[in-house]
Amino acid sequence: MASEKNTAEKKSSWFKNVSDTNLLLMITIVVFFVMYISAMIFLGSGFLKPQAFFNILNAQAALIITACGMSLVMITGGIDISVGGVVALVSMSCAVFLDFGGGNPYTAILLALAIGLAFGLVQGFLVAYLDIQPFIVSLAGMFFARGMTTIVHTNPFNVENEAFTKLKMTRVIIPGMGSINKKGIYVDAYVELGVVVALLIVVILFCVLRWTKLGRAFYAVGGNQQSALMLGINVKRTKFLAHLICSILAGIGGYVYFLHVGSGSPSHASGMEMNAIASSIIGGTMLTGGVGNIIGTFFGVLSLSTIQNIVASAGLDQAWWTGITVAAMLCIFLIVQSVIMARKKRA
Amino acid sequence: MENKNKSIRAFFSGLVKQQVFIPLAALLILALFNLIMDPSFFKITLGQNSVGDPVLNGYLITILDYGSELAILAIGMTLVTAASGGQDISVGATIAIAGSVILRMLCGGQTTTDTYQTPLIVAFLVAVLASMVAGAFNGALVAYFRIQPMIATLILFTAGRSIAAWVNNNELPIVNVDSFGYFGGYIPGVPIPTPFFIAVICVVVIALVMKFTNLRLYTQAVGINESASRLNGLNPEFIKFISFVILGVCVAVVGLIKVSRLSTINYSVVAKDIEMDAILAVALGGNALGGGKFNIWASILGAYVIQFLTTTLYKLEVQSDALPAYKAVVVIVLVVLSAPIVREKLASISKKMKTKEVA
Repeated sequence: MASEKNTAEKKSSWFKNVSDTNLLLMITIVVFFVMYISAMIFLGSGFLKPQAFFNILNAQAALIITACGMSLVMITGGIDISVGGVVALVSMSCAVFLDFGGGNPYTAILLALAIGLAFGLVQGFLVAYLDIQPFIVSLAGMFFARGMTTIVHTNPFNVENEAFTKLKMTRVIIPGMGSINKKGIYVDAYVELGVVVALLIVVILFCVLRWTKLGRAFYAVGGNQQSALMLGINVKRTKFLAHLICSILAGIGGYVYFLHVGSGSPSHASGMEMNAIASSIIGGTMLTGGVGNIIGTFFGVLSLSTIQNIVASAGLDQAWWTGITVAAMLCIFLIVQSVIMARKKRA
Repeated sequence: MENKNKSIRAFFSGLVKQQVFIPLAALLILALFNLIMDPSFFKITLGQNSVGDPVLNGYLITILDYGSELAILAIGMTLVTAASGGQDISVGATIAIAGSVILRMLCGGQTTTDTYQTPLIVAFLVAVLASMVAGAFNGALVAYFRIQPMIATLILFTAGRSIAAWVNNNELPIVNVDSFGYFGGYIPGVPIPTPFFIAVICVVVIALVMKFTNLRLYTQAVGINESASRLNGLNPEFIKFISFVILGVCVAVVGLIKVSRLSTINYSVVAKDIEMDAILAVALGGNALGGGKFNIWASILGAYVIQFLTTTLYKLEVQSDALPAYKAVVVIVLVVLSAPIVREKLASISKKMKTKEVA
C-alpha cells in the first residue's frame, strides 16, 4: 500500500518537474517513433529502406527551414503566415533570373536572401515598432507575395540552366545506409544539398536559442512581455529580429525548395505556411509564446510527412485524406496544449 | 463669419470621428479615381440575359451582385471579431462545405439531376446546420479550449475543402433546374441581381436581432474586457461561441449563392481568398481587429467598397491572380493608418501645426 502511494507521489512530482517544453517535446518524439515503427511493421516495404526516410528529408528540407523560422516567431508570441508566399516568390524569381536574366545559381542565392530580407524588414517593422497584429501584417505579406509571384511570371516552367541542373543533381552519399534494388544492384543512400542546409540551420538555431543571450531574450519576450521589459530586454528589437530571421529563413527555404523542384510556378508551396505552423505546434511550440524547441519542430515536420506517407501508402490516395489527417493531427495537438495549460494554471 | 467657419470645422471633425467615415472616404476616392480614368464605369444599361429576361448590366451592378456575398459574410465576421478579438479564416472552406452539402441533398447522390431530389428549403436547412456545426467546432475551440481564433480556424481552413470533396465523393454534381439559378442570378422579371435582396434580408434580420436582444451590448462587453463582463454576470464563453455559430449561418447563405451561380461546385476554387476580403471589410469598416466596439453598418459598407476596389482592378485588366498583391498594399496602408502609435504621432503633428497657426 505504502509503496504504491510512494510511486504515485513520485510520478506526480516527476510530472511537475518536467517543464512544458520537455513534456511537449517528448510527446512529439514518441509519437514520431511510434508512427514510423508501426508503419515499418504494418506497411513494410516502403518504409523499411533507409532511403525512404532520407526521401522524406529530401522532400521536406524547405519545410524544415521555414518551420524553424516559424517556431522562432511563435516563441516570441507572434506568427508569420507569409512564409509560403515568400517561398513561391523566391522560387519563381530565381527561375526567371536563371532562365531569362542570365544569372548563375550562386548569385540567385543572393536574390533569395534579398527577397527574404525585404519581407522581414517591412513585416518586422510593422509588427514590432508600429505594434500591429502579426497575423494581419503577415496575411497581407502572404497575399502580396502570391500576387507578386504571378506578376513576375504567370505560367509554370522548368529551369534549363546547366549550372543549376548540376547543382540540383549534387547528392551527398551516406555510407553504409544503401540498399539493394530490384535488379540486385547496390544503391547508395543519398540526401540532397538542401538537407545539409536544413540540418545546419536546425543545429545553429538550437544552439542560439539555448545558449545565447539573444536566444533567451526570445523566450523571455514570448513568456511575459512586461517582465522582459523590466529585465532590460529590448522587446521591440527582439520581436523585430524574430520576424526578420523568420523571413530570411523563408528566403533560404525558398531557394532550397527551388533546388528540389527545379521550376517556378505561382502554385508552388501552396499551404506551406499551414504546414509550417502545424509542424511547429506538433513539435511543442506554444501559440501563447515562451515555449518551444527547434528539435521538436524538426520532429514535427517528420511526423507530419510520415503521416502523409502512411496515408498515401495505405491506399487512401484520394487527395482529401491528406488535408483531413493533417487537420486532425493539428486539432489533437492543439487540444493537448490547451489542456496542459489549463492544468498548469490550476497547479 | 468666424463662427460659421468654426461650425463647419466642427461638422467636419465630427464626421471624421464617425466610424463610417473611413469606408465612405475610401468609396469616394475610388469613385473619383474611376470618374477620372473612365466615366463609362458608372454606365448602367438594361439588357437581356440568355433566357430573355430583362437584366441591368454595368460595373456598378457587378459590385452590387458580388459585394452582397461579402456583406453577408461581413455581418458574421464583425461579430466574431468583436467578441473574440480574432478572425475566422475558415469561411472560404466552410462555404465549400455548405455548397457541397446543398448539392449533395439536391442531387441525392447522383451526378446530375433535372429535378430536385430533396426540397430546396430542406437542402438549405441541412447546409445551415452543417455550417453551424463547423462554426460550433471553431467556437468551442476558441471559447472553451482558449485557442487563438485564427489558429483554431486554421484546422477547418486546412481540412474544409477536403471535407467538401468528401461529402460528394469527389464528384462535381450538376443541378439542371432553372429555379436553382435564381439565388445567384436573377429572378425572372426582376432586373436587379438576387444576392442583393438576400443581403437586404440578412441585414434586416441582424438589425432586428440587435434591436430586440442584448447581443450587441454583450458582444461589446466581452470584447472589451472579458473578466469584467464575467464579473457582471455574463457568460463570455457562450457569447464567443454563439458569434461563431452566427457566422456559420451567414456562411451557409453565401454557400447557397455561390453554388447557385454555377449550378455546380469546384472545391479548390469556390470562395477562394474570400476570408481575406471579409477580414478586410471588417478592417475597412473601422472596427478594431482586437475586439471590442463594433459597427456592423460600417462593415457592410466596407464589404461593398472592397468589391468596388476589386472591380476597379479588374477593369484595369489586372490579372485575377495578381489582385491579392494590390489588395495587400491597401490592407497595409489601412492598418498602418489605424495603428494607435501612428495615430498618436499624427495627432501630435497636427497639434503642432495648429499652435504654429495661432502663433
